[in-house]
Amino acid sequence: MSHVTFIEANGTEHGVDVDNGVSVMEAAISNSVPGIDGDCGGNCACATCHVYIDPKWAPLTGERTQMEHDMLEFAEGVEPNSRLACQIHMTAELDGLVVRMPESQH
Amino acid sequence: MYFSWGDPTMATAFKQSDDLMAAAREEAFSMPLDKIDVSDGARFVNNTFWPFFERLRRDAPIHYCAESKFGPYWSVTRYKDIMAVDTNHAIFSSDAHLGGIAVADMDDDFILPMFIAMDPPKHDVQRKAVSPIVAPANLAVLEVLIRERAQKIFDNLPINEPFDWVDRVSIELTTQMLATLFDFPWEDRRKLTYWSDIATSDPDLPGNPNKEERQLILLECLQYFTNLWNERVNAPPAGDLISMMAHDPATRDMAPMEYLGNLILLIVGGNDTTRNSISGGLLFLNENPDQYEKLRNNHALVESMVPEIVRYQTPLAHMRRTALQDTILGGQHIRKGDKVVMWYVSGNRDEAEIENPNAFIIDRARPRQHLSFGFGIHRCVGNRLAEMQLKIVWEEILKRWPMIEVLEPPVRVSSSFVKGYEKMMVRIPG
Repeated sequence: MSHVTFIEANGTEHGVDVDNGVSVMEAAISNSVPGIDGDCGGNCACATCHVYIDPKWAPLTGERTQMEHDMLEFAEGVEPNSRLACQIHMTAELDGLVVRMPESQH
Repeated sequence: MYFSWGDPTMATAFKQSDDLMAAAREEAFSMPLDKIDVSDGARFVNNTFWPFFERLRRDAPIHYCAESKFGPYWSVTRYKDIMAVDTNHAIFSSDAHLGGIAVADMDDDFILPMFIAMDPPKHDVQRKAVSPIVAPANLAVLEVLIRERAQKIFDNLPINEPFDWVDRVSIELTTQMLATLFDFPWEDRRKLTYWSDIATSDPDLPGNPNKEERQLILLECLQYFTNLWNERVNAPPAGDLISMMAHDPATRDMAPMEYLGNLILLIVGGNDTTRNSISGGLLFLNENPDQYEKLRNNHALVESMVPEIVRYQTPLAHMRRTALQDTILGGQHIRKGDKVVMWYVSGNRDEAEIENPNAFIIDRARPRQHLSFGFGIHRCVGNRLAEMQLKIVWEEILKRWPMIEVLEPPVRVSSSFVKGYEKMMVRIPG
């Protein structure tokens, strides 16, 4: 189990315990964390699980895949630390991960 | 059901439709697989196409139809396979020059270059120019306007008197929304509906404008919008779609046919799809009175009902691609140049992916898990705007009336692309 902290655009924090191997998107959806939609169910196909990785954690979450990069082109407010949460799977190394959500998913 | 048991006209209509469906099922499951052609618009008029997709999902999930009105084509009918094609834009092209995004090839001497029918990199550049208008911040502004307009329409509907919901509500509301998006001259707004319907009409169907007439009408549309462009390009940038396109560096130098293409895309994309979902929702609640009751008892269910309506209606029954190279899909050998049709209407009823898919259930756990908006880089850019309109429609209806009755089976559009309603007579009891 690892811990993820989701921070909404308005600052509200949600702490969630997740099994390793589960995606950050799935962790949010199954725990009813608002601000992540995940319409495509984790197929890197809708860009509605857009999150900002806290800079401290960014180096540990890896690089965007090609498809992720293509889809992020169409999200709003994309920053260098933007990722699609369905492409990040929790590991022991990511225990304590902090991500921020945009105001809304497009 | 939406008819009264004592009403002989309705009972007859219902029985006829039952008989037709039974005959269709019989045919779908006994005819040779290779003779099945699901692109036929006729089966969409009488709503008997469903068993043919069931057969394909079961026996030939990647199915080749060698001969059709539209030439040979592959049908992809299962959810997962559709998702695989939709997200593989490197192999499956949307390019207008290869035929475009519907099973009927775009007319080659009148190609409308619209970003839905482009591949990257050009697609990306154009989509990004238009995408801000439906970004969250702008939606909040549009919400106020849409709600005002919906309230006015609903406050003027007749009580206790039959009327056509499609015309008085579905078309009127979506037309007004489009006119708002374009800041289009208000009194001419029905031209938007007209041009949208012409753009998607089949020129070979008797009664429809033929190829040349259709082109002339669409050129008139271009003329009208060119005048609007000329007004807006010289004015300071404003929040409407025309002004945005006229000022954004990515789109301000568009060739006239490209401008027309993108306009048609926005009018069509934003018009009959939402229109048919507004009609569909009311029909489905009438067909499923237990769901209507659930809704009446808990208005908060509008939130999950809206995506379920979009799934259940599937306003665009398919989207088509063209293979850029030979490839294997589901064990089948697709050749470069082959037409590949993703049947969203079938994928949305795939029991391998969606539980109890043929039921209209307004409180599903993951209601947005459907194919109606597509997936991948071409996923409907207006999807949140569409959902917002539907949400407002239902909120305003529920504030006013517990029940709106559908009086007879609706008249459906004859098309295997646009899945919708021409007419639907209803009554508001009062």
